[in-house]
Amino acid sequence: MDFSLSKKEILFLQMIRAFAEKEVKPLAAEVDEEERFPLETVEKMAKLGIMGIPFPVEYGGAGGDNVLYSMAVEELSRVCATTGVIVSAHTSLCASPIYEFGTEEQKKKYLPKLCSGEWIGAFGLTEPNAGTDASAQQTMAVLEDDHYVLNGSKIFITNAAYANVYIVMAMTDKSQGTRGISAFIVERDFPGFSIGKKEKKMGIRGSATCELIFENCLVPKENLLGKPGEGFKIAMKTLDGGRMGIASQALGIAQGAMDETVKYVKERKQFGKAIGQFQNTQFQLADLDTKIEAARLLVRMAAWKKDRKMPYSADSARAKLFAAETAMEMTTKAVQFHGGYGYTREYPVERMMRDAKITEIYEGTSEVQRMVIAAALLK
Amino acid sequence: MKIVVCIKQVPDTTEIKLDPVTGTMIRDGVPSIMNPDDKGGLEVALTLKDKYGAEVTVITMGPPQADDILREALAMGADRAIHLSDRKFAGADTLATSNAIAGALRMLEYDLVITGRQAIDGDTAQVGPQIAEHLDLPQVTYVEDLEFDGNKTFTIRKSMEEGYQMVQVEAPCVVTVLASANKARYMSVRGIVEAYDREVEVWNFNNIRVDEAKLGLNGSPTRVWKSFTKGAKAAGTLYEVEPAEAVDIIVEKLKEKFII
Amino acid sequence: MDKSQYKDVYVFVEQREGVIQKVALELLGKARELADSLQEQVVAMLLGHGVAGQAQELIAYGADVVLCADAPELEEYNTEPYAQAITQIVRERKPSIVLIGATTIGRDLGPRLSARLETGLTADCTGLAISEERDLLMTRPAFGGNLMATIMCKQHRPQMSTVRPGVMRAKPREEGRDGKVENIEIRFDASKFKVRILKTVKEQKNRIDITEAKVLVSGGRGVGNAEGFEMLGKLAETIHAEVSSSRAMVDAGVMPHDRQVGQTGKTVRPDLYFALGISGAIQHLAGMEESEFIIAVNKDKYAPIFGVADLGIVGDVKKVVPLLTERLAAIRKEEK
Repeated sequence: MDFSLSKKEILFLQMIRAFAEKEVKPLAAEVDEEERFPLETVEKMAKLGIMGIPFPVEYGGAGGDNVLYSMAVEELSRVCATTGVIVSAHTSLCASPIYEFGTEEQKKKYLPKLCSGEWIGAFGLTEPNAGTDASAQQTMAVLEDDHYVLNGSKIFITNAAYANVYIVMAMTDKSQGTRGISAFIVERDFPGFSIGKKEKKMGIRGSATCELIFENCLVPKENLLGKPGEGFKIAMKTLDGGRMGIASQALGIAQGAMDETVKYVKERKQFGKAIGQFQNTQFQLADLDTKIEAARLLVRMAAWKKDRKMPYSADSARAKLFAAETAMEMTTKAVQFHGGYGYTREYPVERMMRDAKITEIYEGTSEVQRMVIAAALLK
Repeated sequence: MKIVVCIKQVPDTTEIKLDPVTGTMIRDGVPSIMNPDDKGGLEVALTLKDKYGAEVTVITMGPPQADDILREALAMGADRAIHLSDRKFAGADTLATSNAIAGALRMLEYDLVITGRQAIDGDTAQVGPQIAEHLDLPQVTYVEDLEFDGNKTFTIRKSMEEGYQMVQVEAPCVVTVLASANKARYMSVRGIVEAYDREVEVWNFNNIRVDEAKLGLNGSPTRVWKSFTKGAKAAGTLYEVEPAEAVDIIVEKLKEKFII
Repeated sequence: MDKSQYKDVYVFVEQREGVIQKVALELLGKARELADSLQEQVVAMLLGHGVAGQAQELIAYGADVVLCADAPELEEYNTEPYAQAITQIVRERKPSIVLIGATTIGRDLGPRLSARLETGLTADCTGLAISEERDLLMTRPAFGGNLMATIMCKQHRPQMSTVRPGVMRAKPREEGRDGKVENIEIRFDASKFKVRILKTVKEQKNRIDITEAKVLVSGGRGVGNAEGFEMLGKLAETIHAEVSSSRAMVDAGVMPHDRQVGQTGKTVRPDLYFALGISGAIQHLAGMEESEFIIAVNKDKYAPIFGVADLGIVGDVKKVVPLLTERLAAIRKEEK
């Protein structure tokens, strides 16, 4: 067993931390305040290869792995959770399923553009009546000649307003239940496809979360991802990877809140001494630090198993469950440690607290993660 | 065009803290980094490479862990990396250091040699011009901007106290670059992934052309005789006086501190 | 090497557009002290074109001998002609010590010379003294000023060092002081002149980033408004400082965000920090408490800023600052 970082990982952390500190952090408050998608940051990340970390060089990727990708999402989220989820949704939910389930033609067509960041990716599964019960899909796809015709809508789609390509689930054969769901690669300018209303959210406010609308949307037959009826399986496998990404995001948020809190309790003086000198502060921080480190081990292990093509579905669920709940606890306590200042936008911890909440909800709520873990346990 | 960039690994001096009680430096845990001015110099080289297709070689002299900054340079886009490492180089002052690096440069082809203006651990700004002298090359220091005509001529803007100077010089030459000349690029992810699979050439005394007496401690005219810290900060004094008297006190203090 | 053949303390006299730079006079002051303790002479090397008339001035500031190299090649500083000139002087005259100002010119010339003369050079010395064995003790900061080192160059001559402007003190001018002026003919090898100066441009340097400023004049709520900051601007101009601000005045729209010191602004560590009308909220202190020397002026004697200040004045900035500016301006004028 080896818990040390490789030289390559150390070098990667050096780069991504510097990038996060200098390029991402200065925009974080503004992106949140103005609900602005940080397109300029995406362009900078694209240039460095951050939009295609775990994919092979032959498809335009950086030739890295999921451990590096997870570190990237963590470090970006440490300073700006919006930026973290943009990368996570793009990589795990769009590029990844194309890489894992796509034909050679599909990979050659889409991956270089996605990996280079020329195109941004998104993923459409959730519908107004299909949330945790993702099998209740109402979006329909009917094959007519050489096109599928899609009708319906998807909601809460991260990156939606700025994406160029979407992985979309739709029912091709309702009688088959979940086995009647198929996955499609939809491009932004396909006829009949449009972006609906933008959500006003509590946190990760820059991530451009919108509705996707399909009105007789024509999708070429060759844009079917996988075989007809494999959509649900593809969605579930994709979410295994996505959860590892969101777990990394939650971990980053927790670490960011811890960084701010450590700085603050060393400086803030009450009753004549720094509040970090009170044992109440110390014990609470020690517990939180332990949880963050435990979350980090879970996250890294999930990524490490994915890299080795080992089953990691339950690992990913555990990592997301624990990291998300740790992020929520850490950020809530961070606000408490900051007192009145923490409740104002002068300090970033209130933003982190708002950002943290979503990690317990999207890509499977904490309850769904418990279902996945229990299912693996009791099978 | 062939460019050689000389880089140095330095402790990140902005991370050095003083022990508040003893006033001594706490050097444990201080990260090592590529010297900022050298990174600016590497960026100048990589920009020329982007525009004119130059081949960029980085070279450093230092202990085995200096390998890290060579990998960083490769991940930023350098083509070749050379690590000068030999006990015979140890204990060198700036002159002996410049002798070793010049000795290595004699084994390489170059149109342009770039160094940082100065390293943050010593702030001497000497090695660049000393290399230039050893190789009998013209030098331009304090470089803020450098344009190449695609043929042989560099037009350079160099920083001065009261403004700047525009100068021209033909290849081959030595320039020393300021970190503020540009914003050095980040390492690319692919560059990082591949950096440790690429070759770093390790050169020792036998690989370079220089007289042994000019190297290391023996080749160093200057020696550190003693070093000491400035000591911990004393408590300040507070005056509650009329404005005119307050001004007297401030002016006196500024004089004492040589600020005026 | 026979060290006994080398004697006297030489100073490179830097001139720009024919004007002798203040740092040269400061070096003459220090050279005078060193030469006195060695019982040797101070020799000024005046290089330029049409500058010979100023030799007497150097004598008035402490030189015993002025070596004047007057040539068109030396009119404006350029590395190679200057290096050739000084190399020739050093080889012919064998000085024991050579002092050079640590300006952009001196720091270009010094190392080139040290390599050509194969001797040691110590950069940016803050202290120079003579040891019992008559060697030069050169003290300089290292590691970003966190450590001081005393350096010697025992086996090589000349012993060379550069000194930053403002570090040494010039001696008072002594009218009619005795000294000798010698003209030197430099034998140039023009084939080595390879760097062509196209133009030298003087410009009002853009405002320095506050994190790079040596001196900061920082204002807070006590300064009040834009008018108050104009007052700080005048003080800053007088002492070549930059103006910075606390968060309160940035939020009030009086100062731009890039001038803000503190947790949500920038962290600064200048040599001198004036905290004027700043109470010293924790987020402000976090951004400036590592400054080398802190002078605080505030009405409230219990203001937390006084906890980190080296010198604290309880008083109204609006009264103290104009007076201080006036006084410092007068001192500057005297210096000129």
